[in-house]
Amino acid sequence: MILVLLAGTAVLLALALAGAVVKGQGRSLYAIASFVAFLSAILALVSLPARPETLVLPLGLPWLGWHFRLDPLSAFFLLVVDLGAASSSLFAIGYGRHEAEPGRVLPFFPLFLAALQLVVLAADAFSFLFSWELMSLASWALVLVQHRDRESIRAGYVYLVMALLSGLALLLCFGLLAGASGSYAFSAMRLAHPAPGLAVLALLLALIGTGAKAGLVPLHAWLPLAHPAAPSQVSALMSGVMTKVAVYAFLRIAFTLLPIPPAWAGLLVTALGGITAVLGVLYALMQHDLKRLLAYHTVENIGIIFIGIGLAMVFRAAGGEEAAAALALTAALFHVLNHSLFKSLLFFGAGAVDRATGTRDMERGGGLIHRMPQTAFFFLIGCAAISALPPLNGFVSEWLTFQAILLGPGLPAWGPKIIIPVAGALLALAASLAAACFVKAFGITFLGRPRSREAAEAAETDRFSLSAMGILAVLCFLAGIFPAAVINAFAPVSRALLGAAMPGQSHLPWGTIIPVAAARSSYDGSAIFLLILAVTVLAVAGARRLAAHAVRRAPAWDCGFPDPRPVTQYTATSFAEPIRRVFGPIIFGAASIVRMPPPGATAPAEIETALHDRLWEIFYDPVAAAVARLADAANHLQFLTIRRYLFFVFAALVMLLFALALQR
Amino acid sequence: MIGPSMIGSVAIEAVQMGFVLLAAPGLVGIVRAVKARLLRREGPPLIQPYRQLARLLGKEVVLAHNASWLFRTAPYLILALTWAAASVVPTFSTHIIFARLGDLIVITALLGAARFLLALAGLDIGTSFGGIGASREVMFASLAEPAMLMIVVTLAIAAGSTQLSSIAAFMLSPALGLRISLAFALIALGIVALAENGRIPFDNPATHLELTMVHEAMVLEYSGRHLAMIELAAALKLLLMISIIVCIFFPFGLGGMGAAGFLTGLASYAAKLGIAAVLLGIFEVSIAKMRIFRVPELLGAGLMLGLLATLLLYVSRSL
Amino acid sequence: MGLGFDIAHMLAGLMVLASLLLLYQDRLTALINVLRLHGLILALAVAWQAHIQSAPELFVSAAIALLVKALVIPGALDRIVERLGIHRSVETVGGIGLTMFAGMALVALSLRVMLPVTAGADPVSRQDIALALSVVLIGLLVMVTRRNALGQVAGFLSLENGIDLAAAGARGMPLVVELSVAFSVLIAFIVIGIFLFRIRERFDTVDLAALEAFRGERR
Repeated sequence: MILVLLAGTAVLLALALAGAVVKGQGRSLYAIASFVAFLSAILALVSLPARPETLVLPLGLPWLGWHFRLDPLSAFFLLVVDLGAASSSLFAIGYGRHEAEPGRVLPFFPLFLAALQLVVLAADAFSFLFSWELMSLASWALVLVQHRDRESIRAGYVYLVMALLSGLALLLCFGLLAGASGSYAFSAMRLAHPAPGLAVLALLLALIGTGAKAGLVPLHAWLPLAHPAAPSQVSALMSGVMTKVAVYAFLRIAFTLLPIPPAWAGLLVTALGGITAVLGVLYALMQHDLKRLLAYHTVENIGIIFIGIGLAMVFRAAGGEEAAAALALTAALFHVLNHSLFKSLLFFGAGAVDRATGTRDMERGGGLIHRMPQTAFFFLIGCAAISALPPLNGFVSEWLTFQAILLGPGLPAWGPKIIIPVAGALLALAASLAAACFVKAFGITFLGRPRSREAAEAAETDRFSLSAMGILAVLCFLAGIFPAAVINAFAPVSRALLGAAMPGQSHLPWGTIIPVAAARSSYDGSAIFLLILAVTVLAVAGARRLAAHAVRRAPAWDCGFPDPRPVTQYTATSFAEPIRRVFGPIIFGAASIVRMPPPGATAPAEIETALHDRLWEIFYDPVAAAVARLADAANHLQFLTIRRYLFFVFAALVMLLFALALQR
Repeated sequence: MIGPSMIGSVAIEAVQMGFVLLAAPGLVGIVRAVKARLLRREGPPLIQPYRQLARLLGKEVVLAHNASWLFRTAPYLILALTWAAASVVPTFSTHIIFARLGDLIVITALLGAARFLLALAGLDIGTSFGGIGASREVMFASLAEPAMLMIVVTLAIAAGSTQLSSIAAFMLSPALGLRISLAFALIALGIVALAENGRIPFDNPATHLELTMVHEAMVLEYSGRHLAMIELAAALKLLLMISIIVCIFFPFGLGGMGAAGFLTGLASYAAKLGIAAVLLGIFEVSIAKMRIFRVPELLGAGLMLGLLATLLLYVSRSL
Repeated sequence: MGLGFDIAHMLAGLMVLASLLLLYQDRLTALINVLRLHGLILALAVAWQAHIQSAPELFVSAAIALLVKALVIPGALDRIVERLGIHRSVETVGGIGLTMFAGMALVALSLRVMLPVTAGADPVSRQDIALALSVVLIGLLVMVTRRNALGQVAGFLSLENGIDLAAAGARGMPLVVELSVAFSVLIAFIVIGIFLFRIRERFDTVDLAALEAFRGERR
């Protein structure tokens, strides 16, 4: 099985080479990539319940080789990766036709896909880090596709710095895990017993390294710069899949390579997840660039996933709470799957809107539901799913996370008792703000009247893009209606990581899931859906029977003051204004300056709102300034005399001899 | 499998679904009548909301030129979602067939879905009033929903379940005692219920001035049967929130078996609804509507109250 | 556990709620009304403690608390506000949201600290002392976050009420200590009142930010 999957990866690498050499075959390249990824997804799904497999290839370092392993955790994330890859490639068949410089995209896209698969399959530190860096570099090349745009250049620069930071942190982490024996294979690391202090340090390094790639606050700043700059199929992959690979890396290190971390580490992860979720969605609400909004929203969803992971860590450390840990982990994994599905769907829709109107700015959109009806419908499904509305899949993972949070106060220690409900409050706040965010995203872009000529003349996108969106929408719907099947499918993962899984869901009627016990709580996805359907039918029938049928079209009522100019509608900024006034002063240091003309004057009033990115000012600016100072000071070394350079050589030699003497 | 108890459950469920739909406008009528009397007016008759709905159903629907399919289907879905939520709350009996679907988080999410669609419908025509209503509504919701979920957390820790029937059973059991946390949860739930239904002090349900509109602004463009369904959904939401409060905190008369139990349950539920409507009317007359940017302070206080209830629950449980 | 614990817990919880309500107010008359409520709940809590501890001297404490803290002091504060014609809104430092959150964090902190420390003691006293500490801390927070001198006086008085709640909960606090505590409050109040009158006379304001300009030494 693993050999077949690696063969698929090799095909993707060959495609990358072909993309660099052969010109003009973009569509077939994407089609082949989509097919290969789809097959890999099926294989991954099949191997989820199977026994783990290992493979060692004689590549890379001579005394190490390249270890590969396919166990339930890798199989699950491989499924997520390949679903995203297949749908992105399908989307790109249609979308990539209008790419201005395909030579900058085609070689790197299959390379990116191959690297994603290799990271998930890698079973030793060297192959893991090699694939990780390959993933970063391939996506960096794709971010810089529009290489003449200043914003893209800046995005690429910040992305590269953060990718290097994550690679460095992971390198140090693996170094600590390998220990003095220097055994880099994961199987050896699993058996080693590092000292508790070293284990905690390794966990923190892993959190920094994977958090920088996943987008945990405060290491998230590259995400909203880089994701919008790349072409839409790549943005979908980066948001929907690459962040999940980072989650995979954290799960691999924290749950399989390290011994059980202390409970406070789990609380730290939960708290970070909660803060990330709320800050991510607040930043998203302030955006009027559709793709930047989606990128910030990815940060929020990563926060939700890490809340689930943190809870699993807390329960695991408490001992005797395997069922609760399994519930929390299942919630996190379900959200991983859900997010990759609906975030890809939303990015595809944003790409379609970008192609149709020529801009990502929501405030130049409007009325697109009439011009692009299918895109609008699929985008609406994506918005409803991500806002956690029943009966779609987003609600199921949020419900499961809440059930896990409700088990937290059962623990004896006070730390979990207080922090876990606070995390619950943060999760609830993030969920309600997410719904507000997507009312804004869908409403301003697709509804209302067109605000620009391009929006008024937009055309529906091609059928490949539509089919990619449609498939993902159907999957979102199915995952929401049959959550029990999904949970049963990845029960082997939690069994492998925690030794326990949620109670078997297959014997329950329809699609019910019962996290802990029937008397406690249960959720029946298909029953809720059927209830809503039945009641809708009743409502429609009742209206048909009892109500008049006449319909007349007329100009909008608008309280008797209709204004034909589309500029009198709400814009994205004005829609978010109440929330900005409530949360803005604390989070963003928002200040509004209103300049009113004196009474009787006909000049317009002006309102100016300034938002500070506080996280950038607190975390990034000082580091950048310190590095600049250091670099300036070190610059002096460039202009020394020959005598000074000789002195350096002399000093280095003396110091080395001195160290040697001390060691004796 | 299909025994007499199952047929009984289905029958009771059908009675509940019909009852809540028919009683909702009556509830609104009682509130308006109480408010009018307290303001020393004659007031409309109690069946005025029914007449209003009948009148709207008979009128033609006037749609704006650029109204989309979303605008036309939203009223049906909003009514359906609210009605579905109202069908799973145990109102006068816990033996309804959908009892196991009556999870508080699910109900909150169903109401959230209805609000999502309503806000989108407000933005559909592209007038500034729709934007006002939608943006204010999502701002209220962004604070009211977390407060509601914190209340759910408190109740779930106390009762060990998020299912309404289990919570009601816990409240009826003698193991309860006098719990301050539950009192705080009740106050917070009252604040959330007022916010969700757009009553004073959050929104004035009787106004049509743009500065004071939230719900009315979103439905400004609706007419005919669409408006009737949205008004019915709003009344149903009020009944639903009252039913939740009554089911959790005043579950007397619930859970009886057999015909006698069914009738006592129905009678006590109707009485509780009436009392709640009168109290709501008195409350609305006694205080003024808040300025819109003082509302987040009150909702934030509700959220904090929910957190405080959880903390105090630890104290009383761990001692 | 029984009814005794439940009602004592309820009254202590209501005091914490009243303290948080004090934190939330930004108008002077409402502030003084909440102080009245605070004093009333304290009186009820002390009276209930007297009942379950069977300590009749605590009934006298409860009566003193009711008289002084719920009637006399708030009434006198009302008259001061009228006579001085002080601006009726209380300026706060930091937003309401942050202060409320800080208040909640203080409640969590005092529960976290006091409950394990008093393990093994009588449950009624345990919860009483833990919640009384949170009342004291919130009173301090009120003092720290008000710009107006009268707001700070309100915070100080609620702090005093918290100390009384703790003393009532611990068994066997003699009446003498309660009397001395009440007298010290009265004296502090008179002193503060005199100062307020003098400051108002001199500078026409009791806003501390404006008064900063008149400090002697320069930085």
